[in-house]
Amino acid sequence: MKRKLEISELIFKIISYVFLTVFALLCLYPFLYAVSAAISGRHAVEYSEIILFPKDVQFDAFRYMFSSNEFWNAYSNTLFLTIYGTVWSLFVAILGGYALSKKRLLFRKFFNFFLVFTMWFAAGIVPQYLNYLATKDVFNSMGIMDDKWLVVIAMGMAAMNIILLRNAFENVPSEIEEAAIVDGASEMQVLSKVFIPMSKSTIATVALFFAISRWNGYFWARQMISNANEQPLQVFIRNKLEQYTDLEQLATWTENYAADSVIFALIVCSIIPILIIYPFIQKYFAKGANAGGVKE
Amino acid sequence: MISMKSQAGDFLILDKATGTYRENPEQVVRDDVEKHYWLHVGRTILKDWRLYLMLVPTILVFLFWRYLPMYELLGSFKVDDSVKPVADQFFKGFSNFKGLLVGSGTYAELSSNFWRALRNTFLLSFYGLCFGFPMPIILALFFNEIRSDIVRSTYQVFTYLPKFMSTVVMTSLVTMLIKQGASASNTPPGIISQALAGLGLISQEVAQKGLLNNPQFFRAIYQISGIWETAGYDSIVFFAAIIAISPTSYEAAQIDGANKWAQMRYVVLPSILSTIVIMLITRIGSMLSIGYEKVLLLSEGRVAAYQTAEVVSTFSWRIKSNQSGLASAAEMMNNVIGMLLVIGANTIARKASNVSLY
Repeated sequence: MKRKLEISELIFKIISYVFLTVFALLCLYPFLYAVSAAISGRHAVEYSEIILFPKDVQFDAFRYMFSSNEFWNAYSNTLFLTIYGTVWSLFVAILGGYALSKKRLLFRKFFNFFLVFTMWFAAGIVPQYLNYLATKDVFNSMGIMDDKWLVVIAMGMAAMNIILLRNAFENVPSEIEEAAIVDGASEMQVLSKVFIPMSKSTIATVALFFAISRWNGYFWARQMISNANEQPLQVFIRNKLEQYTDLEQLATWTENYAADSVIFALIVCSIIPILIIYPFIQKYFAKGANAGGVKE
Repeated sequence: MISMKSQAGDFLILDKATGTYRENPEQVVRDDVEKHYWLHVGRTILKDWRLYLMLVPTILVFLFWRYLPMYELLGSFKVDDSVKPVADQFFKGFSNFKGLLVGSGTYAELSSNFWRALRNTFLLSFYGLCFGFPMPIILALFFNEIRSDIVRSTYQVFTYLPKFMSTVVMTSLVTMLIKQGASASNTPPGIISQALAGLGLISQEVAQKGLLNNPQFFRAIYQISGIWETAGYDSIVFFAAIIAISPTSYEAAQIDGANKWAQMRYVVLPSILSTIVIMLITRIGSMLSIGYEKVLLLSEGRVAAYQTAEVVSTFSWRIKSNQSGLASAAEMMNNVIGMLLVIGANTIARKASNVSLY
């Protein structure tokens, strides 16, 4: 009996290791391939001679990218949208989450429903686009002339993130809040001196989600920003992919890199910032993923 | 003398200091709330205005970019094809819906495209349910087998990584890895197409023509890249449920002579069943909200692939510029079915969580 037990456990353990090793490597492979292909020579890329490791190493595809103003433009636009977008979304979500966490708030149920309903029913992209066309003039007349600023204030909000913050604020012990009020703290001081420091990890998680969704934002930036010089990096990458044949002509036979290498180099450049912060943000993953099962 | 019978319900109470009767403040407040509800609301808000001011940005953001688009959906009742304000065209009837569903005369092609898009939306979600849903559970079971924390978290970090990449990066990588070969310069197709052809899963010609251009492969590409993107990250929830199982449960099963499979069957599965049910129901609820961004990016410009790659949101996106009423009608139907699924799934969840858990 004892022996049989060990065998079945051993088999399962071996299967686990083999499966996970293969799966993890497959998850990484496209990224490794992108790096290798970005720095491999023209012939090796065009005839798909690279399997994993680079061949005839060159850095001209990167050099070509870095020497283009459009690229740096797109990069700084993405930074603009990410920084201001995250700050704005966090500002809205913290204030909203704080107000909703208070039991004394009138119509609290209604406001909660107001948020949760948007998770059940989304209008869809066409009505959203038509709404954007219809409200654009209103915002322009309010002084928000810049498309970039409209993207910052309009996009990137999710009801889930506000609910996450609300739940974190609800878990702050009321004794501490009462003590602060007795000491004469105003509403704003209670929020900034008590609630925000005590919910640091949730705020970090939510800020992380905002920042990543802003960095990765593509579709609405493309629709809403009319000036090509103000488009973010994701739109730039996509345009390069769509103008693939132009790239092929540009990387003429005199160059030693292939058109593919330019696209791969772009992809690598766009994921490097995420890879750099990735080790530091890991610990917040579980919190974010488990938030899906959070109660209303 | 102080009235000994004085209760909150009395309108007048005796004031000790002056010896005269005065209004009972508690009763006045209650009376006020009942008679002048909105006055009470106004006073409460005024007294606590800072709190309500904090809620204003949230309400404005959701009103402008979540609720106003729902109003635009009413454009599905208008007939005019141009992009005009809804109010100018409001309510001309159900002809857009009829056109999409029945599709007689000029609507024939449009209607068949709509039905195709609806079927594709359903099928993409359904296959996602069959193949994409079990994968995170399997991963979580396997993660649990790895005792070394360092090794396990290394594997986990690798598998979470694709989740944080943008849709543009993912679809660009997919496009490049399975790109078509150029017969003129005799360059071969993308590396994965080559590998598949080498394994004999697809023929060399098919690989050369490009898998994304072939409607046969779109669903597989969508599901496999979907697993690549989300399976690792989605496994977190299941893994959390598995590590919450007390070690004594395993020990008890081992003493009873249960081998690994029996332990899976009688210890692990029942413990994570509620998580599986909740996640499954969430998934069914969002069946019709296929990520339009990914589908658009993978299929844009590849007309041949629309056969399987066109979903309702991309269908309406493509017809929006000259048939905005029809586009809204298509989205409206998609959304209403989608919401019925969400509500149905939630109802079942509420009932099932009582039945299946206890």
